[in-house]
Amino acid sequence: MELVCPAGSLQGLKTAIAHGADAVYLGFRDPTNARHFSGLNFSTEAARDAVEFAHARNRRVFIALNTFPQAHNWNTWRDAVDRAAELDIDALIVADTGVMDYACEHWPQLRLHLSVQASATSAEAIRFFHERFDIHRAVLPRVLSIAQVQRVCADSPIETEVFGFGSLCVMVEGRCLLSSYVTGKSPNNFGACSPGEFVRWTETQGGLEARLNGILIDRYNADEHSGYPTVCKGRYCVNGPAGYTLEQPVSLNSLPILPTLVDAGVSAIKIEGRQRSPAYVRRVTGVWRAAIDSCLSDPRAFKPEPAWIAELSALSEGSQTTLGAFSRYWQ
Amino acid sequence: MSGRPHLALGPAPYFWGEPALVDFYDTAAKSVFDMVYLGEVVCAKRRSFPLEGWLAVGRELAAAGKTVIFSTLALLEAGSELGFLKRLIANDEFMIEANDMAAVQLVRGHPFVAGPTLNIYNPRTLEVLYAQGMVRWLPPVELGAGTFAALHETRPAGVQTELPVWGRMPLAWSARCYTARHLDLAKDQCGFRCSDYPDGLRVRTQEDQDFLVLNGTQVSSAVRCNLLEHLPQMLTLGVEVLRLAADHKAVFEVAALVRDVIDQQRSASEAYRQAAELTTDDCSDGYWIGQPGISRAAAGENAQP
Repeated sequence: MELVCPAGSLQGLKTAIAHGADAVYLGFRDPTNARHFSGLNFSTEAARDAVEFAHARNRRVFIALNTFPQAHNWNTWRDAVDRAAELDIDALIVADTGVMDYACEHWPQLRLHLSVQASATSAEAIRFFHERFDIHRAVLPRVLSIAQVQRVCADSPIETEVFGFGSLCVMVEGRCLLSSYVTGKSPNNFGACSPGEFVRWTETQGGLEARLNGILIDRYNADEHSGYPTVCKGRYCVNGPAGYTLEQPVSLNSLPILPTLVDAGVSAIKIEGRQRSPAYVRRVTGVWRAAIDSCLSDPRAFKPEPAWIAELSALSEGSQTTLGAFSRYWQ
Repeated sequence: MSGRPHLALGPAPYFWGEPALVDFYDTAAKSVFDMVYLGEVVCAKRRSFPLEGWLAVGRELAAAGKTVIFSTLALLEAGSELGFLKRLIANDEFMIEANDMAAVQLVRGHPFVAGPTLNIYNPRTLEVLYAQGMVRWLPPVELGAGTFAALHETRPAGVQTELPVWGRMPLAWSARCYTARHLDLAKDQCGFRCSDYPDGLRVRTQEDQDFLVLNGTQVSSAVRCNLLEHLPQMLTLGVEVLRLAADHKAVFEVAALVRDVIDQQRSASEAYRQAAELTTDDCSDGYWIGQPGISRAAAGENAQP
């Protein structure tokens, strides 16, 4: 079971590796990846340094190229594939069918992973990408139950990676347009959900207002913890008082079902959060390294330590974690 | 303009149930629509008809001269859903609109329509799907006119383009049912309560702005995409098929307005205004003009001769 950790910077990458990541994933400093935030990500030079650093320590580097180019900017994605391929990386994480086709044709030796943004929720969808583009691994969307993950793993022609910890997308990844509905920019077309340039915080008599491009996403009392205004985690009214209509601020944590994931044959655990600080990456990576080692040494006896749970809860949105769709407490 | 575009009625997104759907498709059979998309695209639990019942509706529409296509679910999770998809694809009467790559994988070798959730953002993706048998494609909901035109103009020979011009916009899909969540029901004990909301459940911001609509596991816009003002641009581009969403009874009246514009019997701006009066939803053309999907160009900005 490979532990795949996020790197938003070279320092973040070194931190992840120092604390037990088997692999790190990163993106270029442009809209070709789904964490296109200012001050984040890697120039080609920095990415080269990252690969050198990681390989010297026998760790792997994946580059995320998981957004969707359009006719007018196709060359940016094509060039990013070329740059990544020339860096001796261990895998390219791709979402767009056209990009996969290009990468597969021009860089047949380059190992491809299917990004969660490709929305492959079944073995049949995975087979489509595997047969046409020689995809080697699929990252599964966070909408599947544990039983469905087991079935996909059993039927998939390639290895699978699932999310272990981090921000929770409750919608099928790659098909969520809530952000562009409000801002014009989405993970698919821009590489960011609810980009910061559209966020406005205003103190009012009614409380602290969080707006996204002018639309009121939430309003907080003085004693409430405020969260980043992504559309799916706002409070709205449906025939009554305001509440969390879609999802509350909460982080995904699949640590409690780690032995089940190992049994299912999941090959890798992904930690979300390239936008997070190196300190965050250090703490999450440390917990997951200890947990995976403990689980692999004796899966039957595995029990999440209270200290791990406390540490992860402290790092969670709204200080809450959930098994999300894995457990489907709402089913 | 390279020929008169056909009109397509999209799949019905809400859980209207069998009697209402039979009535709706009786109307469709007598309408100006050339094509009708059938099938459940949101929630596999909703069985308005068994497969054979859906096929029977399809045959009646075909007998009325309509081209019938069956749309597939946008989110496939359970084995039973894949089983239904396989049986649907095995029908040898009607073409499939694939809304997931699993459907593309299973339908290979047969002609199919590439639905809006296949994420066709660039010509290379269009080429790949063409090689799988795609005969018609729809753009992702968020695509603007510029990229749309570029894709349309470089589409493989013989491939048709279909563009949604009217209806609420599907924005997100989840495993969780938001109608059940709102009613504090477990999904497995939902009691099919979404049938109580034939127009969806309206979500408003805390300052009472109409924002979203809940429809089971689907979240759509509360504003209605109304691109009727832009029809002259689509006619110039030579878009082969114009789609109207089957989310509102007024869709047949709107289709007649679109047909009038195509036949030069009515101006696009008049058709836009008349269509807007048929709904209580605000209208939007934001995505088309490269703006947020919820927005609409200032009045007069779209005016075209």
